[in-house]
Amino acid sequence: MIQDHLDIILIAIVTASACALPGVFLVLRRMTLMSDAISHAILPGIVLAFFLTHNISSPLLILAAAATGVLTVVFVELLQKTKLVKEDAAIGLVFPALFSIGVILISRFASNVHLDTDAVLLGELAYARFNRLEIFGYDIGPISFSVMGGMLLLNLAFILIFYKELKLATFDASLAATLGFAPTLIHYGLMTLVSMTTVGAFDAVGSILVVALIAGPPATAYLMTDSLARMLILSVIIGCVNAVSGYLLAYPFGVSIAGTIATVTFLVFGLIFLIVPNRGLIAIARRHIRQKWEFAQTMLVIHLFNHEGLPEAHEESEIAHLHEHLQWEPTFATRVVKQALNNRYVSQEATQLMLTDRGRSIAQRALVQ
Amino acid sequence: MENLHFLTRFDYTLIIVALGAALLGTVSGALGTYAVLRRQSLLGDAISHAALPGIVIAFMLTGSKTPLILVLGAAIAGWLGTLIILSIVRLTRIKYDSAFSLVLSTFFGFGLVLLTQIQRNGDANQAGLDDFIFGQAATMLKRDVLTIGILGGFALVIMLILWKELKLLVFDEGFAASIGFPTRVLDILLTSLFVIAIVIGLQAVGAVLMSAMLVAPAVAARQWTDKISLMVLLAACFGALAGVSGTFISSIAVGIPTGPTIILCATVIVGFSIAFAPNRGLLWNSIRQHRNRRSLKIATAKLIGAAATKNQIKNDTRPS
Amino acid sequence: MQVPDAKAIEVTDLTVAYRETPVLWDIDLDVPPGVLLAIVGPNGAGKTTLIKAILGLVRPAAGNVLIYNKPYDAQRRIVGYVPQRGSVDWDFPTNVLDVVMMGRYGALGWIKRPGKQDRELAMQALEKVGMEKYTNRQISQLSGGQQQRVFLARALVQDATVYLMDEPFQGVDATTERAIVTLLQELRENGKTVVVVHHDLQTVTDYFDWVTFLNIRRIASGPVDDTFTPENLRETYGGRIAFMKNR
Repeated sequence: MIQDHLDIILIAIVTASACALPGVFLVLRRMTLMSDAISHAILPGIVLAFFLTHNISSPLLILAAAATGVLTVVFVELLQKTKLVKEDAAIGLVFPALFSIGVILISRFASNVHLDTDAVLLGELAYARFNRLEIFGYDIGPISFSVMGGMLLLNLAFILIFYKELKLATFDASLAATLGFAPTLIHYGLMTLVSMTTVGAFDAVGSILVVALIAGPPATAYLMTDSLARMLILSVIIGCVNAVSGYLLAYPFGVSIAGTIATVTFLVFGLIFLIVPNRGLIAIARRHIRQKWEFAQTMLVIHLFNHEGLPEAHEESEIAHLHEHLQWEPTFATRVVKQALNNRYVSQEATQLMLTDRGRSIAQRALVQ
Repeated sequence: MENLHFLTRFDYTLIIVALGAALLGTVSGALGTYAVLRRQSLLGDAISHAALPGIVIAFMLTGSKTPLILVLGAAIAGWLGTLIILSIVRLTRIKYDSAFSLVLSTFFGFGLVLLTQIQRNGDANQAGLDDFIFGQAATMLKRDVLTIGILGGFALVIMLILWKELKLLVFDEGFAASIGFPTRVLDILLTSLFVIAIVIGLQAVGAVLMSAMLVAPAVAARQWTDKISLMVLLAACFGALAGVSGTFISSIAVGIPTGPTIILCATVIVGFSIAFAPNRGLLWNSIRQHRNRRSLKIATAKLIGAAATKNQIKNDTRPS
Repeated sequence: MQVPDAKAIEVTDLTVAYRETPVLWDIDLDVPPGVLLAIVGPNGAGKTTLIKAILGLVRPAAGNVLIYNKPYDAQRRIVGYVPQRGSVDWDFPTNVLDVVMMGRYGALGWIKRPGKQDRELAMQALEKVGMEKYTNRQISQLSGGQQQRVFLARALVQDATVYLMDEPFQGVDATTERAIVTLLQELRENGKTVVVVHHDLQTVTDYFDWVTFLNIRRIASGPVDDTFTPENLRETYGGRIAFMKNR
């Protein structure tokens, strides 16, 4: 029993990690839509390879899927090149067409074998462990584990070997090209890996939810850090946490494990989005309030500064009329004036506001930025 | 006798399904024009996936599978998903594509959780809810077609009434705002029309493929015309054509699912249009390029010839 | 030069910020009626933002805009707008006449469709910009200069008193530039007020009679003869040093 749980958790961990790694680059390169398209479009490739081998766990399936994935990217780019179709429409045309072919092939010719649309689209982690790998009669664990473990190592190796190239191609493709780093090659390498990872993950999570594993953890990590290396590590950790807690939540209720992992992915993203320092919603709101008052005071000193020494200055610096000139609520204007007085940006002379030296330098600094 | 009875029943079902698919294609084709022109082709994909939890929750709350109730649930969830995508983009550094993928897949996952939950509880009534994932046009009933007709018709009427406003919004939002149209409201309205077009097709075509019904007819129509009114009309016709032909082709043999066949028919229409449409089409373009190159060659030859003669004359008249 | 009492455009203490970054600081600007005014300043000076703020397209953090003494919402009908040419997708499936007719949409209001009279007005406007031969031309087949003329025609159809134009000379050929200048000067002769975001400092004195220097704040504004001075130019484009010296 414990062995069963352990099997599933291990599959979940390697799958989540293998997906999160290339996902980081897709998120940074604004290409996650492509992974969405690929995950659907590789279906006909899998089906055709299955017809050839009659073995659902043949490595040929992964290669065929990878080829179809790259083909999808090529198709989309070709359609765009005609200038008749924009990129978003090209993606929206190519993957439904390929997916449709796959679905028709399955239901027409393969309806009685272990390859149905439910399994491919939705996956089921709990069953993934029943397909076991045996070598010389020894059971060495579920096939999914070996496949995704292999994909994880492959992705890791690709990223470690081409780290510099990937980084450059992601942040400045044209510079990478002039330096001779062939960003197109890196691009297609990445897309091949995404295709292979996606098909490897089918068994466990299905084609739609694999997108959650690819885009979710890196998007969450992107909220937390500016460093690429740290983002890669964080993505893997978040992916694993999501996967394991998703499984542990789903198990007692007997609901879809992959679905629960996806739900957890969204909740974790939401939580991080709320509380992360600097970029979180709470931090944004607090900064917004603070900046609103600072900004208003700056506006006030600039207003006084602009009219300083001019004929209309007397009228423009009248405290009672300030809110009319700046179109502020009177109560708001009063509070801003009070704060500016407290900060010694301005001083009050009778009913007039006068700039202090400090206020004047703040206005000058704001204006020449 | 029994055979005959079966045949008439079969035909009746087929006609209902074809009618539903045609209506669906008309509505999504016409409204899809705006999605394609606004470069929001993939919005439909997010809406259709995000709609799943809404459908299941609507069923859980009411215990009914009345199309209108399920469609309402789908619409609310689809809307919420769109809203969350836009908020993530507005408030964080995360770009549109990532927010889109995140919401699409996780909403869908949550829908799956709810679906497996009610399936496990063995609610006998729930059968058929997973049609919304893969689509099951063959089970379309008269009331489903009626729902498609009423909601789709409503969306099309709104589109026609606000024709001028929506056109201006899509072409030049800034100018529209400057002359006093509330672009935000119009924007929300247009997205709502997309939501309607998507959710009425979910049962027949399925969440995965429904977005293509929005994109394909419009892309095909764009190749044939440079007028938006004609483009909307053509896209509606192409959508209906794909719906009807897909339904009939899939009825010829056992085991050909209707939804994917409809999508493939739409794709064939797109392929044909891109290849052969006059003016914009690839064939036309290559012929024109060929012709241009030839006339350019002739013109250059003439020019060189003229220059040569001119030089000749110059040389001749030059005093020696 | 005498300046009439009523101001065509009156901007007071206008501050605009995108998120937390200020784009315009406390702008004061009076535009008298019947002038042809160029707004000049370096990239990122907030020229487009100023136009958009006058049109109510961006919400100011502070300050106020009046068109002939009333807020923009009340004066929308007498304001014509020419957005930057690059702000729209010229592959949109429509023709020249249809775009020009959009200038009538404001007067038409909700739902009502343009009729024969609107069509005639659009034709007249196309004649004024020399595009009457292109009424049924698809807009993607126009040159940059022709696109700009179409946008101008659309603004002319609005039959406004005050025109705001964002870079109408951007990427147009020399002939079109001359034609546009003639048109703008004609508008001014007819008592219209024309505000133009302008890039080419060489032509300011030739084309315009009024100029505003802008660089996040208003540096100077007035008749070209008094205002288009080396000092103002330096202060607008020269950055920090020039600015500090002035104070």
